[in-house]
Amino acid sequence: MRPGAFDGSGLRIYTIMYLLFLYAPIALLPIFAFNSGTIIAFPLQGFTTGWFTQMWENATLRRALANSLTIAVSSAILATCLGIFAARASTRFEFPGKGGIMGLIMVPMVLPEIIVAMSLLVVLLGVGVNLSILTVIIGHTLICMPYGIAILSTAFSTLDKSLEEAAYDLGETKWGAFRLVTLPLVMPGIISSLLISFTISLDEFIIAFFLSGNEPTLPTYIFSQLRFPKQIPTIMALGTVLVALSIVLLAAGEYFRRRGIAKIGGKDTGGFL
Amino acid sequence: MARRGLDAEAKQGLTLIAPPFLYALLVLAAPVLTILSYSFLKDGYLEVIREFTWANYTQVFTDPIVRTVMLRSLFVSGLVTLVTVVLAFPVAYYVSFVVRPERKSMWLFLITIPFWTSYLIRVFLWKVILGYNGVINSSLTGLGIIDEPLTFILYNVNAMVLTLAHAYAPFAILPIFVALEKIDRSLLEAGRDLGESRLMTFWRVTLPLAMPGVIAATLIVFIPTIGDYVTPEVIGGGKIPMIANLIQVQMLALDNRPLGSALAVTAMLIVAAVSVVFLFVNRRFLKVRQ
Repeated sequence: MRPGAFDGSGLRIYTIMYLLFLYAPIALLPIFAFNSGTIIAFPLQGFTTGWFTQMWENATLRRALANSLTIAVSSAILATCLGIFAARASTRFEFPGKGGIMGLIMVPMVLPEIIVAMSLLVVLLGVGVNLSILTVIIGHTLICMPYGIAILSTAFSTLDKSLEEAAYDLGETKWGAFRLVTLPLVMPGIISSLLISFTISLDEFIIAFFLSGNEPTLPTYIFSQLRFPKQIPTIMALGTVLVALSIVLLAAGEYFRRRGIAKIGGKDTGGFL
Repeated sequence: MARRGLDAEAKQGLTLIAPPFLYALLVLAAPVLTILSYSFLKDGYLEVIREFTWANYTQVFTDPIVRTVMLRSLFVSGLVTLVTVVLAFPVAYYVSFVVRPERKSMWLFLITIPFWTSYLIRVFLWKVILGYNGVINSSLTGLGIIDEPLTFILYNVNAMVLTLAHAYAPFAILPIFVALEKIDRSLLEAGRDLGESRLMTFWRVTLPLAMPGVIAATLIVFIPTIGDYVTPEVIGGGKIPMIANLIQVQMLALDNRPLGSALAVTAMLIVAAVSVVFLFVNRRFLKVRQ
């Protein structure tokens, strides 16, 4: 085969153009976050960090941030714990109805979120539960769980069964072997499941919009501000901070994923999902 | 002995799977079954009357507004899927076939970063770009190319397609990339050795083997876009609703839970039917796998 001559340069240019298209809107965030003009338009006015100060002093925004962090941390922990059960069961055991059970658990990945949000809302209102942060956590745990399971299953399936058996032979109990042998080996998977669930929950809008009642979360706060042109520069500042934060989180997730692969002795083939 | 061993394993597996399974039953299956049953009930003032009726479905299938919105949702998400998958394929191909193995994860990382940044802000940024005082209009008027801001570029279906295609791009690239990675490179060499041109090798070997990824990408983009709520609100200006917006209006604003439920169930069935037909049409590609 003679690669390069036909594929290489043309495809490379196309891919770079494509990446530019992906990044172009996001590149606008810092540009307008530091622009002193109140209208989001070219030409730019002057440099300011005022929007960041304004953002920081906004009490509702802080409340939304606190709510979002509470929701994201809780959902990430719950989804990952439930995910560990499911990943362990599906990679290690055969049991009747496995396909159907796993199918149901993974369904939120292929179900439009509006359906999840609406059906949960109808039931919660029907039962008489007050909408709060807690109801959002319930919904977010459900949609984060499949992503956690996808990551954790990879971690559990690359695990060498004989390591656990060795622990049993050396007199460990089932729980002891799990805690001392299995858990440390899948820890990188657990951490990336936590990080990805956290990121999904932090960014999720539809479920939070319908299930949060009067409590703001970051996305619902942003949504409520979008109709006020005056608020837009602050939102751009907020967006800049969020983008920076997700890059840091993603880099951390990628780092742990690679370390996990290295630990088990596998070869890096790339990709989160 | 073997039989009992299997039973013990099954029991252990079932015990382990119980917590996530019960959670999914309680939080997903029960609510979906509830709206399914609501969709056959009558709507009263501020309450649901427990009386069986097909009226909600009759209304869903005969109301011209519902039909317009359903067709629009299908059209928008179909077009978004087509655009996204067609544009994504060369990128996945490049990363899988041209990029050196040790640099692949860096490229994938670059592709996935925009996907993890706030969806709402990404959608809104397109409004900033396309809007009346937006980036495009202010640049064009600033440069003296146009006198009046262009008004036809925002608040229409094309703007919605552009926004959604941008938002779901990485969803399409990753599954295609995974499928391309699995292709045995010696098959391509064999094709070339047997005298096929590069283009024909791609058409007859690479593309059929990559089809499982293309199919996955299609479904992964199609299913969430058809239920998208934010883009019609922000980019469509709330005046070009899609099915999610219609469901929300019926369920909450008009408080007609049975009709809203019937809409949700119909939307789910349409999504499922389209997916099944799509899988059926492409079944030969899925069978070839190994």
